[in-house]
Amino acid sequence: MNYVPNTDRDRSEMLADIGVSSMEELLSDIPREVRLQRHLALPAPMSEYDLARHMGALASKNRTTDDLVSFLGAGAYDHFVPSVVRHLVSRSEFYTAYTPYQAEISQGMLQAIFEYQTLMCELTAMDVSNASLYDGATAVAEAAAMACRQTRRRQVVISVAVHPEYRATLRTYARNLGIEVLETGMKDGVTDIEELDRLVSSATACVILQSPSFLGSVEPMGKAAEVAHRSGALFVACVDPISLGILAPPGEYGADIAVGEGQGLGSPMSFGGPYLGFLTCRQDLVRNMPGRVAGETHDPDGRRGYILTLQAREQHIRRERATSNICSNEALSALAAAVYLSWLGKDGVRELADLCLQKAHYAFDRITALPGFEKASRAPFFKEFVVRTPIPPEEVSAGLLRSRILGGLPLGRHYPEFGDAMLIAVTEKRTKEEIDSLCRALEGLA
Amino acid sequence: MTMPLIFERSEAGRRAYSLPDCDVPRKDATELLPGWALRKRAADLPEVSEVDLVRHYTKLSQRNHGVDVGFYPLGSCTMKYNPKVNEDAAALPGFNALHPYQPEELVQGALELMYELGRYLCEIGGMDEATLQPAAGAHGELTGLMIIKAYHESRGDGAKRTKVIVPDSAHGTNPASAAFCGYKVVEVKSDGRGGVDLDSLRAAMSDEVAALMLTNPNTLGLFDENIVEIAKIVHGAGGLLYYDGANMNAIMGIARPGDMGFDVLHFNLHKTFSTPHGGGGPGSGPVAVKKTLAPFLPVPVVEKKDGKFVLDYARPQSIGKVKAFYGNFNVMVKAYAYIRALGAKGLREASENAVLNANYLMRKLAPYYHLPYDRHCKHEFVLSGEYQLASGVHTGDIAKMLLDYGFHAPTVYFPLIVKEAIMVEPTETESRDTLDAFVDAMIGIAQLAEKDPEALHTAPHKMVVGRLDDVTAARRPVLRWRPNKQTNAG
Ligand SMILES: Cc1ncc(COP(=O)(O)O)c(C=O)c1O
Repeated sequence: MNYVPNTDRDRSEMLADIGVSSMEELLSDIPREVRLQRHLALPAPMSEYDLARHMGALASKNRTTDDLVSFLGAGAYDHFVPSVVRHLVSRSEFYTAYTPYQAEISQGMLQAIFEYQTLMCELTAMDVSNASLYDGATAVAEAAAMACRQTRRRQVVISVAVHPEYRATLRTYARNLGIEVLETGMKDGVTDIEELDRLVSSATACVILQSPSFLGSVEPMGKAAEVAHRSGALFVACVDPISLGILAPPGEYGADIAVGEGQGLGSPMSFGGPYLGFLTCRQDLVRNMPGRVAGETHDPDGRRGYILTLQAREQHIRRERATSNICSNEALSALAAAVYLSWLGKDGVRELADLCLQKAHYAFDRITALPGFEKASRAPFFKEFVVRTPIPPEEVSAGLLRSRILGGLPLGRHYPEFGDAMLIAVTEKRTKEEIDSLCRALEGLA
Repeated sequence: MTMPLIFERSEAGRRAYSLPDCDVPRKDATELLPGWALRKRAADLPEVSEVDLVRHYTKLSQRNHGVDVGFYPLGSCTMKYNPKVNEDAAALPGFNALHPYQPEELVQGALELMYELGRYLCEIGGMDEATLQPAAGAHGELTGLMIIKAYHESRGDGAKRTKVIVPDSAHGTNPASAAFCGYKVVEVKSDGRGGVDLDSLRAAMSDEVAALMLTNPNTLGLFDENIVEIAKIVHGAGGLLYYDGANMNAIMGIARPGDMGFDVLHFNLHKTFSTPHGGGGPGSGPVAVKKTLAPFLPVPVVEKKDGKFVLDYARPQSIGKVKAFYGNFNVMVKAYAYIRALGAKGLREASENAVLNANYLMRKLAPYYHLPYDRHCKHEFVLSGEYQLASGVHTGDIAKMLLDYGFHAPTVYFPLIVKEAIMVEPTETESRDTLDAFVDAMIGIAQLAEKDPEALHTAPHKMVVGRLDDVTAARRPVLRWRPNKQTNAG
């Protein structure tokens, strides 16, 4: 199989039209010494039926979250994806297109991006949104680089309560960009604002906090923003978009840039990707914003239309002086987010956030009432929280699996001080019955 | 008629959503969270019914051109057909409903797929080890350059090697990635045959150069015949060679970057390996390297130990992470399926037919459009709209007119070294009939340029909107909808 329509006859006639006698002749400018003199060593080709069976067999070597009851979160969440999302993003006019360079033949995707941008602005209460970035981790790194350009400073301060993989990604980017990264610690389960205040100075380009934090806590974002602004630094808020149905959005506490992971907005967990990095910001920062952006305009008859705009920031125009190197982004995930958020609507987004809040608190109350299971802090939380476990959390996980439960994330690898603790996520999908059975299983293990 | 935005279809009280019941005892949010943590003003999301929602996005899809709709010869982007069986495979719950932090023993199938895909890519590229973490081509470039930097640093050579050489024909992401990696960009000229100018390269080369970034065939669609000499020059001065894999579709099974002397390369799974472009993404940009660079790959790397697949984080010289988790896994599933369906023979045939289709189109169009580099091309070729310029018609006008014929336009105004560039990449999955229809359209446009240039200046005429005003869009940016605002009324 190779999906090539040319027949042998096509090929020989085309070669004749080109004026060559063989395919080889067309390849004659590739020096002999770099020509591959053998076949690639790859498995034999497969028919579609054989391939489908093979893929099914590979897939069945995995245990899915449909199979298990999942309380695993930590940056990828088991939210319900309604059928409309999959059906609409499967419209092949969308998914077999590329970046809408030719606006007039790509109005569908451009308008969807414009709608996505508006939805994200509404949700985060910020002025402008880009068309997407790779994921939450790179969005944090891009925001840091953006803040450094804007302030002409080369230091960022980030809380240790931000997702460890986001911080790791930021460190990788920053090291190569010559940006210094300082980490500030936690106190009582949230970022220590006093320590933050000591670290932030007139050298700081931005302060980055995540709320809810990696550990689930709702962070003192307003206070952190104040600390940043007092030193002329920007405040970058990394947020869970699902939480914004109920939690204060970045625009309400003075964030200059909001970023985050949008996987929860209609994308499956897919073993870690593709996800959706989002970035929204204040109006006056827009020319330093990374990534594509769609804007409204009109045609000669005054008809409204959409087009990729402010491209003077981007690599294909600005080359080494671009605000980012990003080219392909996560457009289809952004489309999924637009459909998902429109499906939820004004009331749905609040109800969904409330459901997560209620179920997570029910689970928290029940688990921390079990002998040996203790809360790790009194910080407010949304859909995720930390509990200390009477036996090592890795053993808890293994034990839960025997009851077909995917337990929370043991925290020791990322936070040695939480070596005896587990991060538990509860989305709207978990039922009271499932939470109760988690508690029964935990009780049996203690 | 103006197409409404989803917000303009909103009616208070309409709903599409349905959520599970709150089956736990409900408490007021103010009991569970402090007042300062609560949202004050509700997000003004649209309120629509499910059927409204479905019709809205279905209508939007009908206002969009994709490979499934018609020819999409967007140069440098390899808009080949996206096999449906791959979509079905990637939608299997066994791949889709997996949490990235599930214990390794529960995701052996996923890890096996990643491990094997990495090995296939190494074989195709002539490399030794791969990471699948980068999310797109540009992300792969950045990752590859970080690996190069870490390599030089490990040899105590990092502080001195501050420059990356990029040809003037390079894609914009090459210099942008180099700058994002903290390098100074040095541009080298192309020679009269479209390759790297060797004298210019020799002059730019020094012990301050970390790497040369190149794609071969290059962005003109031409194979650089001096590649062995180029590699010698760069390696001779202690630099490394980076291969931009955007153009791999020309050479699968025919030649391998690793055998040409390249040390690092990225693949665009969304180009060469048939995964859909998603209207702009997600893609996937795996990076493969020669053995000496393997210690620097991002963590984790999928390894096979005692018949089990594991995520190896114990790589002390690793550059770290470039993204959360392991990369765009769902895209990898499709690329893996593609490689398994085609095998070595199918991949080679794909590349050969891509080259054949490109040369066929090029020869058919050369009498009507200026062909600045008249040699056999590989998978794509670049014309210039120079002849048409004489009658005041620009490449942009030609592109817009093509839309009326039901074709997406080629890439235009890139590469920058060709005036009024028209970059055509037909791919192997197009039939001769389609190519001939495109030729007819292009000839028709060339004739129109002489007879009625005005018709081209005002194109397109048959799209859902006429030519959109990009100047106003950039001068007075409207980047989101706002209720009751004049500019949104259309
Ligand atoms: C030659 C070349 N290099 C690099 C890239 C960047 O790839 P991506 O868009 O996947 O980041 C492109 C894509 O358009 C390209 O054509």
